[in-house]
Amino acid sequence: MTTPTTLFEKLWSAHEVVPETADRPAVLYIDLHLTHEVTSPQAFAVLRSRGLRVRRLDRTVGTMDHSTPTVADELYGRVPIRLESAARQVREFERNCAEFGVELLGIEHPDRGIVHIIGPELGLTQPGKTIVCGDSHTSTHGAFGALAFGIGTTEVGHVMATQCLLQRKPRTLAVNVEGALAPGVTAKDLVLAIIQRLGVGGGTGSVLEYRGATIRGLSMDERMTVCNMSIEAGARAGLVAPDATTFEYLKGRPRAPAGGAWEAAVEGWRGLVTDPGARFDREIAVDAAALAPMITYGTNPGMSVALDQPVPARAGDEVHAKALEYMGLAGGQTMLGQPIQYVFIGSCTNARLSDLRAAAALLRGRRAARGVTLLVVPGSQRIKREAEREGLDRVFLDAGAEWRESGCSMCLGMNGDTVARGAYCVSTSNRNFEGRQGVGARTLLASPLTAAASAIEGRIADPRAFLS
Amino acid sequence: MDPIRTIRSRTVVMPRTNIDTDQIMPARFLTTTTREGLGRHLFADWRYDAAGRPLADFVLNRPESAGCAILVAGRNIGCGSSREHAPWGLADYGFRAVVSTEIADIFRNNCLKNGLVPVVVDEATHGWLVEHPGAEVTVDLERQALVLPDGRAVDFPIEAFARYCLLNGVDETGYLLSQEAAIRAYEARTGK
Ligand code: SF4
Repeated sequence: MTTPTTLFEKLWSAHEVVPETADRPAVLYIDLHLTHEVTSPQAFAVLRSRGLRVRRLDRTVGTMDHSTPTVADELYGRVPIRLESAARQVREFERNCAEFGVELLGIEHPDRGIVHIIGPELGLTQPGKTIVCGDSHTSTHGAFGALAFGIGTTEVGHVMATQCLLQRKPRTLAVNVEGALAPGVTAKDLVLAIIQRLGVGGGTGSVLEYRGATIRGLSMDERMTVCNMSIEAGARAGLVAPDATTFEYLKGRPRAPAGGAWEAAVEGWRGLVTDPGARFDREIAVDAAALAPMITYGTNPGMSVALDQPVPARAGDEVHAKALEYMGLAGGQTMLGQPIQYVFIGSCTNARLSDLRAAAALLRGRRAARGVTLLVVPGSQRIKREAEREGLDRVFLDAGAEWRESGCSMCLGMNGDTVARGAYCVSTSNRNFEGRQGVGARTLLASPLTAAASAIEGRIADPRAFLS
Repeated sequence: MDPIRTIRSRTVVMPRTNIDTDQIMPARFLTTTTREGLGRHLFADWRYDAAGRPLADFVLNRPESAGCAILVAGRNIGCGSSREHAPWGLADYGFRAVVSTEIADIFRNNCLKNGLVPVVVDEATHGWLVEHPGAEVTVDLERQALVLPDGRAVDFPIEAFARYCLLNGVDETGYLLSQEAAIRAYEARTGK
């Protein structure tokens, strides 16, 4: 009898070109390399200076998302891009892709979007693959049972040149989630609670596998939201074993296997599970039924609290005090009712169609409060078109929102979509670091439902009040 | 890359925990397409005021920090974004080693690829370093030890191959390229 193994171990061993030894890391094969304008220019420069080519163009796909404008006129060149350095970066990426022959879903391409949204949407992301990108939220793709992780630019160069990476085998951590999420409590709230529990460094060196009945019951969009934020617990990657939900999502996607190849692929994917009795290096259990909508109050994603619970005081903890000072909040206060100036619904965490539908359901027939800037940025051009077909754009526009072209936008403010100094922004993104959304910006991470409810009230609001 | 054997320097201490890469290199400086010149943007939002003037009480702006090559930081430095611009900025500024009780995965990897030695030490040693900013210490990569001013050597772990590359100035791209035969064999075996 063979020893039972975890899903991670199966994925790892299937990609070992050369296994690791005490003195040498493994040479790990990469099936899919996604690349974008921000973390690739210096890698292309290395290829150029060494006279190398991109080894497997058929496994490399580029898009533009981080520094691209979200205002249509700017994006499509009818007016100049506000940030000259961003414009230069976009042009350089176009040149690099053309020179090296890399497929680019560029500015005008109907499939362009945030790199972690379009991979799954196009069916490029598939169970059993190794997927990397010069971006930490590559963990998103783990929702399909792919081993997916973020890399630095030097490693982007490694993959371009050799289709491989030098890697040490990470540890495994099972996150067992049982219990039904209450109405108004979403996958975002679940993952914020998991990060709070693990801490922002709790997953360091580990690959998380999300397991249990709650995870099995989540849609692919929800699983992606959970896996997306694995990195916020410091984890190398997050995984969910593929199942019927996964296969149904992928079937018929443009880049998914088709015809006879589809059946064969699904047969292979069915084996991508953790065997009964396989051991993880560590396990934690989470009771989803006990969760309420969550919101962050501090300056890292682990600093969150249930909407109706007080912000921890932690007397004597200087780091905590500094974070609260930056946020202009006090220990002991509840977050509910805190006035806000911005709401951002977007990012690779929560800008898929189901997220937009959830926010629109609350905003339909209502308006954002005066003094609140509401920015809705779909995760991809496909999502934008589908949302418009359903009339969601009208709901947002009627609510006083700005409805933009897809991109990272206010998640990191690289393209000039920023929050004013000192202002509060309820954001469906994944990072509340100091200055993340603009110098001095105060980010409050929450679900699309909480974001929409807060936009309506002009203060942090409980979405459950809108559901009854 | 130049070989690294020992780094002897006074320390700069930033005891905050969870210093993320957005702090080390804010996103607005990521539109660059080269790796040079990022040192001046290092910790920009902590280092300069809104008008771009240096803030006198930020540690890097203090005269005694000039020329220091070893950064001692709180637990879990480098968490967050995978941007290699963070280690590029640190290295361009003149740092050669980062010391903490825990260093985030991607950042640690990125440091190793840019001649910045990640040094993970125990709480007690870290506590001593935090209480003695400016102490003259040595990162001895050959011995895999951090040598304190009193001569005490504290071992630190470092991945064997990364250490070999740093000690010998070997670049990993070259090593991976030398694996071409194995890569081809893998592709043939798996039908990739
Ligand atoms: S949406 Fe935000 S987190 Fe996602 S890839 Fe873009 S910048 Fe990164």
